[in-house]
Amino acid sequence: MDAIILQILNGLDKGSAYALIALGLTLIFGTLGVVNFAHGALFMIGAFCAVTLQRLFTISYETIDETKTDFLGNPAKVQTPYVESWFGPDVGQAVIDWSVPLAILFAIPIMALVGFAMERGLIKHFYRRPHADQILVTFGLAIVLQELIKHYYGANPIQTPAPDAFRGSFDFGVLLGFDPNHIIYPYWRMIYFAFAAIIVGAVFAFLRFTTFGMVVRAGMADRETVGLLGINIDKRFTIMFALAAVVAGLAGVMYAPINSPNYHMGMDFLVLSFVVVVVGGMGSLPGAVLAGFVLGILESFASMNEIKQIIPGIDQIIIYLVAIIILLTRPRGLMGRRGVMEE
Amino acid sequence: MLGLDRKDTILLLVVALMALLAPVLLNPFPVNSPLAQFNAGYPDLMQRFAIFGIFAIGFNILFGLTGYLSFGHAAFLGVGSYSAVWMFKLLGYNVIPAIILSIIVAGLFALLIGWISLRRSGIYFSILTLAFAEMSFRLAYSVLTPLTNGETGLQVYTDDPQILLGDGPHVPHLFGMMMRSSTTIHAGPWEFTLPVGYYVCAVLLLASFYLAIRIFRSPFGMMLRAIKSNQTRMNYTGLSPRPYTLAAFVISGMYAGLAGGLMASMDPLAGAERMQWTASGEVVLMTILGGAGTLIGPILGAGFIKYCENIFSKINEGVLHGWFGGLPDGVENALIWVAEHFVGSGWHLTLGLLFMLVVTFLPGGLVEGGQRIGRFAFRRRDRKASDAESDAAKQRNPAE
Amino acid sequence: MSILEVKDVNKRFGGLQALSHVNLSVAENSVHAIIGPNGAGKSTLLNCLVGKLIPDTGSVMFDGQSVLGRKPYEINQMGIARVFQTPEIFGDLTVIENVLIPCFAKRDGTYRMHAFEQVRRERALVEEAEHMLEDVNMQDKRDMHAASMSRGDKRRLEMAMCLVQQPRLLLLDEPTAGMARADTNNTIDLLKEIKQKRDITMCIIEHDMHVVFSLADRITVLAQGTPLVEDVPENIKGHPKVQEAYLGEAA
Repeated sequence: MDAIILQILNGLDKGSAYALIALGLTLIFGTLGVVNFAHGALFMIGAFCAVTLQRLFTISYETIDETKTDFLGNPAKVQTPYVESWFGPDVGQAVIDWSVPLAILFAIPIMALVGFAMERGLIKHFYRRPHADQILVTFGLAIVLQELIKHYYGANPIQTPAPDAFRGSFDFGVLLGFDPNHIIYPYWRMIYFAFAAIIVGAVFAFLRFTTFGMVVRAGMADRETVGLLGINIDKRFTIMFALAAVVAGLAGVMYAPINSPNYHMGMDFLVLSFVVVVVGGMGSLPGAVLAGFVLGILESFASMNEIKQIIPGIDQIIIYLVAIIILLTRPRGLMGRRGVMEE
Repeated sequence: MLGLDRKDTILLLVVALMALLAPVLLNPFPVNSPLAQFNAGYPDLMQRFAIFGIFAIGFNILFGLTGYLSFGHAAFLGVGSYSAVWMFKLLGYNVIPAIILSIIVAGLFALLIGWISLRRSGIYFSILTLAFAEMSFRLAYSVLTPLTNGETGLQVYTDDPQILLGDGPHVPHLFGMMMRSSTTIHAGPWEFTLPVGYYVCAVLLLASFYLAIRIFRSPFGMMLRAIKSNQTRMNYTGLSPRPYTLAAFVISGMYAGLAGGLMASMDPLAGAERMQWTASGEVVLMTILGGAGTLIGPILGAGFIKYCENIFSKINEGVLHGWFGGLPDGVENALIWVAEHFVGSGWHLTLGLLFMLVVTFLPGGLVEGGQRIGRFAFRRRDRKASDAESDAAKQRNPAE
Repeated sequence: MSILEVKDVNKRFGGLQALSHVNLSVAENSVHAIIGPNGAGKSTLLNCLVGKLIPDTGSVMFDGQSVLGRKPYEINQMGIARVFQTPEIFGDLTVIENVLIPCFAKRDGTYRMHAFEQVRRERALVEEAEHMLEDVNMQDKRDMHAASMSRGDKRRLEMAMCLVQQPRLLLLDEPTAGMARADTNNTIDLLKEIKQKRDITMCIIEHDMHVVFSLADRITVLAQGTPLVEDVPENIKGHPKVQEAYLGEAA
């Protein structure tokens, strides 16, 4: 029992990331009808927003401290981050420590801008083009973004720790009446899950309760009719794209402490996210979120030793296996609508 | 000739001539000139041109004709490679049984995957093929290690049975002609290498190309295009589309198997990374970049991408300094700063940009680009001049 | 002698009884029209005939054989061809290729496409297809892209594709829907011409009374999933039940 709870918890953080990326993919696909292979790159850029902010905060000047000497006997050089000298050591330290949560604020305008630029500069020319062309051009864009990041940040993963306060683990088992140290779960992953839940909730609320969201939902159901109503759907689509970019970016920012960002993390997530979207049903937002969590949790179950002993190698292929089974038994995914993307 | 009409015969002959003369055509620069790094006429690269050409031709039979976008074709390439290496391990280093087995095994594997995946169409089909390929890739790394030798990659060891080895050479060969042997011709400052392995690949490339032309011009090929165009009408024409799409899938899987077998024949090693989705994506890109649905497009696309990959990635900062050395320092540094993004390890950036440009401005791929240049040069406006190639290129534009 | 016998067919979609107790008998070599207001179940009935839908109960016999449970392509092989409301053609192919596909498909009755023959070497079939194009006056559009033609031409091409299969029964689903009056008249003439030239049974689903009364030998009126009347056109015109059904819709 405790093992099962632990696996569910372990599956939640990956599931959250899948769900957030798949949500954005579905928003873009459902409203704009565009298959966006650069969505993983947006996730990656989000993570690198966190890296960048951390680097900005730790930009330091060098002073020579005559009182100390280094091991060669020369006066020691001391690096002091500017933030510390501006705000005092305590506040400065705290700012650096909290750089990942602060990066959320930093990432929102950046991701919105990136999304806006992408949609206006490239994607809008592809609304009427075949899906294969959309896949190719966004794939090309993903490579470009990925290579630029690689060029400036290097190929190695960059450690981006969470604030000290969240670095420990929480003993979940005690809460549920199990022995201590049976179900321990890192704080940051809990926060990630809560964060994902909030974002998903916010997006759904936005779509359900605002007039803007109403128009967008109508556009997802029947794009042409909404266009005929005299509503400037293009402008809304741009905003939707930017919103989806922000969602992917924030998912990336918060994921940085869980998995040190590297330039190809976007691609790694992209393929799985596409599987998630399709399993959930193309064009269905709840389907995307549901499939994200289901597949994340199944993946973590499959990596249990007990299961691996029964079916060797299952942990490697579970997501794909489930995807195949679902697609063969439910032709349009878990919650897909008829006639979407079957041409 | 060979049951082809005049235009197709000319196309085949041109490709044959280019394949025959590739070692010369691809080495236009003298060995010691600063431009020698643009020479592509070395065995390794030429073999890759031919092998990926075969891979892309086969992929085009599926995607270009039926419109089914498979994202898992690398699985067949990988299976072909593994089969070939197993033949080397069990029988001996002659490439003939290796290539035959790789085609057969890849065909059977394609039959299985296609039979299941073709139950769905559109992106659902793409995801199914992707899922199968990724499963194969991951299983090859983990559980199937006895068959694939896991991360090390499958290779031939001295204690393998190799029952037919005899006293033949201990490297892949075709009845004694070693794949890696070659003849070098010196012509003044030029140097041309004629490798055996490349010519084996080139002959098979031509055979594959010929077969592809025959399929394109056959009722079967016409029907595949009809399936892409309108499945509803196909159903009311007295034919079930399924067996035909499955046949196209298996044929293109066999092409991929052949490419995989050849890859192993050039270098008797097979690794699971050949089955990864990035490898599947590569062949998609080659086909579309060249011009999906056209005959020559996939070969052009494969050659173009492989050329860029090998040549751009070799250029480093030193080379750039050599090029821009004559310029004033400031300009030189600025140019180098810009250029270094695109070359060496940054060549992927070039590749990504190229895709974006080609897809945006040349939806028909390089073939369409060539036609536009041709039309511009000759000002031929009449409809007959734009042959079947351009028809196929136009078909990629959505019909309204 | 009836070629198509529909007996007591019922079809229900959820809570909607789309067809209830439909009986229909189409005589060989006749033109039989099925008319009725919107939602009368005309299209559902048609889809049951071609195998796209399977009726809940009842039987559909074509030339003494049941079509139920067969796939659309199998039913097509039995000799039923279908023209759609919006022309379904192979838009990416040229006009001649569009006609060649059914020619190759039904060749020798084998329903098989060969992978290594050359299309252009099949002189006999190409000529057959060309003759068919002449029959519908499209020989000058032989090498055009099918998708780039006008709607009327697409309709002609679709007819040609159906006729070249030499079907015994041709089903037409609102063949003049959305057409201008001139195009409609052209289509009527074309259908009349086809009927004159060959032994073929036609079953037309139509909204436009003008079309129906110029072509049909017999008319079945369908309303709310049940056949109201079946009679020759002269008797249908003034039939009170028919007027009621149509006026009821308008009211």
